[in-house]
Amino acid sequence: MAQTLLQVEDLHTQFFTRRGVVRAVDGVSLHIDAGETLGVVGESGCGKTMTALSVLRLVPDPGRITSGRILFRGRDVTKMTDDEIRDFRGNDVAMIFQDPMTSLNPVTKIGSQIEEAMTAHKRFSPQEAGVRGIQLLKRVRVPAAERRVSDYPHQFSGGMRQRAMIAMGLANEPSLLIADEPTTALDVTVQAQIIDLLKQLNRELGTAMMLITHNMALVASLCERVVVMYAGRVVEEGPVERIFKSPQHPYTWSLLRSVPRVDELRKDRLVSIKGLPPDLSNAPPGCKFHPRCPFVIDRCKREEPELAEVAPNQVARCWVLMRNVPEEAAEVTKQVVISEEAAKKLQEIPGAGS
Amino acid sequence: MAVTAGRPTRGALLPSQLSAITSTRTGSLAIFIVRRILWMAPILFFVILITFTLMHLAPGSPWDKAGGRQLSDTVINNLNIRYGLNKPVTQQFVLYLWSVIHFDFGLSYQYQNKTVSGLLLESWPYTATIGVLAFLLIIPVGVGLGVLAALRQNTRIDYITMGFATVAASFPNFVIGALMVVVFGVLSYRATGGNFFLPTAGFALDDHLIMPVLTLALLPIAYTARLTRASTLEAIRQDFVRTAWAKGLPERLVVTRHVLKNSLIPVVTTLGPTFAFLVTGSVIVETVFSIPGIGRAFVVAIESRDYPMILGTTVLFSLVIAVANLVVDVAYVFIDPRVRLT
Repeated sequence: MAQTLLQVEDLHTQFFTRRGVVRAVDGVSLHIDAGETLGVVGESGCGKTMTALSVLRLVPDPGRITSGRILFRGRDVTKMTDDEIRDFRGNDVAMIFQDPMTSLNPVTKIGSQIEEAMTAHKRFSPQEAGVRGIQLLKRVRVPAAERRVSDYPHQFSGGMRQRAMIAMGLANEPSLLIADEPTTALDVTVQAQIIDLLKQLNRELGTAMMLITHNMALVASLCERVVVMYAGRVVEEGPVERIFKSPQHPYTWSLLRSVPRVDELRKDRLVSIKGLPPDLSNAPPGCKFHPRCPFVIDRCKREEPELAEVAPNQVARCWVLMRNVPEEAAEVTKQVVISEEAAKKLQEIPGAGS
Repeated sequence: MAVTAGRPTRGALLPSQLSAITSTRTGSLAIFIVRRILWMAPILFFVILITFTLMHLAPGSPWDKAGGRQLSDTVINNLNIRYGLNKPVTQQFVLYLWSVIHFDFGLSYQYQNKTVSGLLLESWPYTATIGVLAFLLIIPVGVGLGVLAALRQNTRIDYITMGFATVAASFPNFVIGALMVVVFGVLSYRATGGNFFLPTAGFALDDHLIMPVLTLALLPIAYTARLTRASTLEAIRQDFVRTAWAKGLPERLVVTRHVLKNSLIPVVTTLGPTFAFLVTGSVIVETVFSIPGIGRAFVVAIESRDYPMILGTTVLFSLVIAVANLVVDVAYVFIDPRVRLT
């Protein structure tokens, strides 16, 4: 059993706006082991990015972490002093952002931006940082790295900028790299290169990775374990092959069914998820997904289910689909009256019966 | 280097030695500067043309004596001949241009045998002292207040600073000057029974400078503070600032290297217009505080229709503004690497 690197427990991050409290992250628990790659998936606005920013305590105003613990190697990030959190950022955990076009300072040389990540933590002298900056750019396969360290971001293409961002993230050899939609802003061929690069770095350096994305293909090719989030909550979690082969939560199904695949002939049409994610300042009662769920039963509208084990290492938060559940949960399940309509639909879903 | 690499066409139009120069950033900067200096010639031509036309369209002649005894027709005729005013206006214009090209700005009508250049040389130190002091006050105070307000957004500091800036920006400088004279001069004279809190007129390198410099600087300070606040607030929200925090940089470095380095670029670009404002503002400030600078000389010259003096002052003013703008544009090249020299 690998050592647990990051343990997020019952994290709540809320935004205090004029319209009310927005529960961006609403009781999220997850963990990442050393060297592991975890995918966090879900639609836009479901709290993935805010979970990641909470880990670095970078939640923008007017948001803040209201409760929960974030343990990194046993130390609670939420209780760190300003100096401690400053040293933690970029050193223990580094983060790569979605848009490499805007995430680099346009008036500072690429090399300086990588070097300052190192000198800020005093692990490397300015001279060492200069040498290492070039090495890092080479490592992320930026051609002519010696020359390009003195270029400015506008002289880099999108893919090259994201490589520079990754080099910056790796500068202090962090144990965990959080990548927030690292390929979304790039074109497809460049996406593949960046994915390969991240894969290789994870293998060679043993850096654990938390990959935030809505791109299921990216998850399939990079991640060992997947956390599915919806409306600020974890709705399903499990090893990547389980999530893809036997998703238990209707939201996970819907996500997978909305992805086109080229490797199989499908009879069923590509399905989009109807409706929009709920307004997090005014979420529906019961299960947050019930207004959009095709299998909704009465109970979903009243009570929210807990995460329960649905298979070894796989948990899901759903009334309808809990099988192989622990005893106490099974008691609960027995009380569920599945509507005929929902039951019929269930039969139609391949892999859902069994 | 790569900035200019994408523009082969311009090099192709130049002789080979020149295209070698344009292929470096420094080289293209030199060409940029030379081109801008050459552009000043047409600018000055039109400044002279417009001023000359307006001046001659305005009613009155240099020999009118307001309230006093009018000169006899013979004397006026002789004066016109002496200063070339009997010639057709177009000919006068061409003659003036010809002498300007030879750096001869002519004789003043008000003072016997004094050249315009001599008068300007006498008065420029006063204007320059007040202008430079105001400029040196505007940058740190305006930028400082703006940054402070932005970093403490929606706190009392922000509200007080921006309240001050709004009020200061709404007062024309002649109102500010007059108000200060009333408060620190007249009222303090009455309150203390015969002492001025600050001297209200004249020039000396002591507390005489305080009111004129403040009058001149207050509005640009307010303007600079507001602009700095806005651009700093914009920069703070940028993704690369979040990147800087995520790297674990201390707040001091995040603010200086990432926020300010970006947010002060637009502020620098406004320093040209600010400088122009100081030049034109000197006209009012020197009149309010009776300072014998170029601004005052300009007003007196207009009042007495001293044509060569009006033209000379205008040319000097526009030259100073053109040079200030050039300096700002060149500085811009150095602070923003994205600028293309086209």
